[in-house]
Order: sequence, then C-alpha cells, then structure tokens
Amino acid sequence: MKSGGEVWTLAEMREGALHGSALELLAWGRDLADKRRARLASVVLASSVGEDDIERLAIHGADVIYIAEAPELRHFLVDSQTKTLRDMVRKYNPDIFIASATTQGRTVMPALYAALGTGLTADCTELDIDPMNGLLIQTRPAIGGNVMAEILTPNHRPQMCTVRPKSKRPLPPDDTRRAKIVRYSPASESAASLLARLSYKQESSVGAPIQEAEIIVAGGKGMKRAANFQLLRELATELGGSLGASRMAVDLGWVPYSAQVGLSGKSVTPRLYIACGISGAVQHIAGMSGAERVIAINTDPEAPIFNSANIGIVGDAMEVLPRLIAEIKQAKGGRNVS
Amino acid sequence: MKIAVFIKQVPAVDTVKIDEDTGTMVREGVEAELNPLDLHALEAAIRLREANSGTRVTAVTMGPLPARKILAGAIAMGCDDAALLSDRKFAGADTLATARVLAAYVKYAGGFDLIFTGERATDGETGQVPPALAEFLGCPALTYVSGIDQIDSGKAVVERSVEGARETLLTPLPAVFSVIKEINKPRLTTLSGKMRAKTVEIPVCGAADLGLEDDVIGLKGSPTRVTKVLYPKVIRSGSKYFMAENVDKAMEALRSYLSEGGFLDFANERAAAR
Repeated sequence: MKSGGEVWTLAEMREGALHGSALELLAWGRDLADKRRARLASVVLASSVGEDDIERLAIHGADVIYIAEAPELRHFLVDSQTKTLRDMVRKYNPDIFIASATTQGRTVMPALYAALGTGLTADCTELDIDPMNGLLIQTRPAIGGNVMAEILTPNHRPQMCTVRPKSKRPLPPDDTRRAKIVRYSPASESAASLLARLSYKQESSVGAPIQEAEIIVAGGKGMKRAANFQLLRELATELGGSLGASRMAVDLGWVPYSAQVGLSGKSVTPRLYIACGISGAVQHIAGMSGAERVIAINTDPEAPIFNSANIGIVGDAMEVLPRLIAEIKQAKGGRNVS
Repeated sequence: MKIAVFIKQVPAVDTVKIDEDTGTMVREGVEAELNPLDLHALEAAIRLREANSGTRVTAVTMGPLPARKILAGAIAMGCDDAALLSDRKFAGADTLATARVLAAYVKYAGGFDLIFTGERATDGETGQVPPALAEFLGCPALTYVSGIDQIDSGKAVVERSVEGARETLLTPLPAVFSVIKEINKPRLTTLSGKMRAKTVEIPVCGAADLGLEDDVIGLKGSPTRVTKVLYPKVIRSGSKYFMAENVDKAMEALRSYLSEGGFLDFANERAAAR
C-alpha cells in the first residue's frame, strides 16, 4: 500500500489550555497513521499555544503540529473554527480527520463536514484501516448499543469521525520524540465570528463531568430520596469519581440533568461504573454499556441491571454503601499509618 | 418572527431491527414515536410564540408518509402548521444528505428567523444534522442550548451547557438552536389541540418541490456507507452476592473486585497529598 495523506487529530483547547482528549486522539491516530504509513498530526486552534502544550503533543505521538493562532480563536466559537479548519483542510488535504466527541467536537465537526461535503461518523468505538484499500473502517454503536455498524466514507476526503472521550488512554510519553511545527495564519474573514461569548461559568460538581469521568457512581429511583444521594457523592469522592444518575432520579429532581446517563442523557465510558438502585431499563443500559467494569447494587435479584454487571450485590444500597465507604476510608487511613 | 422546529420520528428503542443486507433500519412493523428530545424543541418554540405576538411556529420532519402522525402531534401541542418532507428518493440518506433536504426546505419556505431541533435523535444518536443544517444555511449553530435569556430584533442571548460549565453567547438571527432536555418541561397536549390538529392540512414536499437533484439526496447523495452490521452481546460474568445471605462475602466480593481493578490503590494519591 502506498503511503497516504496525513491523519489529523483535533487538539481541543479549553479555557486556554490543551484538553486531555488531544493526547487520547493521538493514541487513536498513531496506529492508523502507522498502518497507512502516513504522518500523524495534531491541529490546534487558539489565540496562543504554549510551548509546553506543543511539547506534550510531540512526546505523545504527533509527527506534525499545525498551529493556527488568532485572537478570535481564543474561545470556542463554532463559525470561526469551522471556517479556519475548512481552509486548512483544503490547503493540506488530510486523508483522515478525528476529533473527540466532546461538546466542541460534536459541534464543529458536523459544521465542518457539511462545509467540505464529506462524510462524518459520530462516536466511534473502533477505528481500523482496511489492509486492502487503506480506507478508514469506522465502527459505532447505534440504536442504544443494540447494533454496531461499520461505516466507510469511500469516495470523499477527509474521512471524518469523532470518538468518545476517555475511550483510549494516551500513549506513554517519549521524551526523544520531536514534531514538525507548521504555523498557519488564519484568513481574517475566516477567523471572524458572528458570535460573541458573554460569560463562562464553571459549575461545581463532584468530580469530572460524567462524559470524561474514569469512575462513575450512579443512583436511581431505588435510592428512595434525594438525601440518600449524599452516600453516592461520598463514595464518588472517596474513589475520585463523579456522580451519575438514571433518568428517573433526574426527573424526580434529585440530581441535575448534567448527571443523567442514558439515551436521553449522556453516553459514558468510564473504567468503573457503580449502579446503585438502578433497575437497568434499556435506555439506561444504552448509556453505560461502554463502561469497562460494572458493579450493580439492587434489592431486586431479577433487575435487568445485573445482566450488564460484572459483580452484582443483591441488597439495599443504603446498607451496602456506608459499609463500602467505611472500608475505603479504612484502607486509606490504615495504609497511611504504615 | 418565523420559527421552524425540525423533529424526527424514531423507532421505539426496544423493538428495532436492522436489514442485514442494506445495513439500514427496518422501519416497517416497528412502532414509531416522536424523538423524546424533540419535545423540548417544540416546547421552546411554542413558548416564544406565546411571548411574542405575530410569531408563527412550523413543525417539519423528513420521513415516510406515516411520519405525518408526529406532525399532527406537534400541532396538537401548539404549533401553527407543519410540513412533511417525503419522497422515495430521500431514502437511505445519511446525516449530510438529510441536512441538505432540510436546508432546501428552509429556502423553499422563504427562510425562518429561528430553527429549533432536539439535541440528537435517540436512534442514530449523532446530533450531526443541526450544525450541518446551519452550515448549509450560512448561519450559526448553537448546540447544547439550555436556556434562552433574551431574544429581540434579530439577536438572541442563549445559554449553552458544556462540560462542567455554562456559557452565554450573543448570536445574530437567523440561527439554529439545538436544545437539551434541561431547557424546559414540555406541556401535554390538550383535547382542543388534538381537535385542531385534525383540521390543519399538512402539505407534503418532495425532491422536485425542493429543487433537489437526485445525486445530492438519499443514498446516492450520502458520503458514508454502512458496510456491516453486528449485534454485540455485552457479556459480563454477573456473579451475584446476596447481602441477606452473607454480608461479609458480599462485601469481600466488592472489595476484591475494586482492588483487582486498581481502584483501591491510593498510594499515588497519598504521595500527591504529601
């Protein structure tokens, strides 16, 4: 197979700093670029990019780093990003362009593929290169994870897709790696935006946003009342995780919508998902089936959640959780002494 | 103000089948319903109409003829009128080809000041159509809209819910807003609404009406191809432990499972705390 055009990854900036997903995308892209014998690139749009961020991209796998700097690119504004990326794609002709399925990625990529008239596949869980023709094989779940579809973009370039945040770990850093830096000057009419950002307020919550959490402790109707969610928050805090919830718990007003896991909430891919008092409706399973490990705690031994769990505890979460929290505290405290 | 709400008919989640040859969903015989997230888009539009006299809300969907049902439901909820974009030639469209049809309708209808959609459909789950539609119309796409703070004379201030934060943006109109569930609590349809829905005629627009050539719509106009469909079985061992039988055994199972996964390894954390 002859070597192909570059594999691009969108290095997302959040509030002036490189977001961790940029490194995860390099882990996704490295294998694809090697199979295609192509160069792997990070593309950064910002008002200015720090040297340390450039270094991080290089040591985590980027062969090339495209840097587009303009004052208008300071915040994520969909139109400036779309037009600038459109110009860059037309200039450099990458074969593949991957972004993380964050709110930024899920906004700019669909605007960009429409501007370019190519294909885009959302939320891929697997990416591979067809050894016969070098095409990108994109695998994604559909219909609540009931089916997996393999999708190709045979005749349009670039082949564009998004992958879920946290679905791959960054490659170990290699301090000897160097990347070629390409500075791109955005056209002023492309960087200009119709939008103006008026405010940005961080919200207080337990742990990372659930879409990016490594550990999620989630509760449902079986938690019986809002006050009992304190146990879940406590366990999440002890484990360094985030709080999640079923639709029922959100609709009852116990937890904000931003914590909702499932078809009408967020799809999550943590390393560990602990479902407490959640029966496991199809709509909920659809949102958490991508978890690496699942623990379910429920009083009903027939609850469908147990079919999606590695370990099931049949019992009352209000009895199990305090014991578990106490054990974890003890484990922490006990070893601190030694 | 002219407002359009683009909605979608989706299969009821647990009854869906896939045609293994074409890789597309078999919609025959499967119960269809309005994408639940679209209720919030309809509600947002109807509230604006109630607050601003002279505003008209049109519900629009692309789909087979039976999709008329969700449009009637939208009128019953409070939309003024509706349009069904239906043509055999639209079949097999991916999100790009779909967005093209919707954009063509917007032009055909003489433009809208504001377009609402739900965050995403619960079947395809891509959320790609709203930003693509905005791009085709040359207007901004405001995704993950959780609130509309202000709207007047060609401008709007909206709140977006992004990872761990809220941002407010000033946008000119027209614009496409895709709203999240949190934005409102949709109303129930009333009996009088249902009666009205029976009297409103819903026009059907095809490719020819919208001036769309065959090669930009349907399967032919879709850059992506579904080449294989797999039915994954998520297999988890699912060992169960009963608290009522043996508390220690159950807690031990939890502890060792967490420990195996490295979730109880707090050594680094302690080092970081020092």
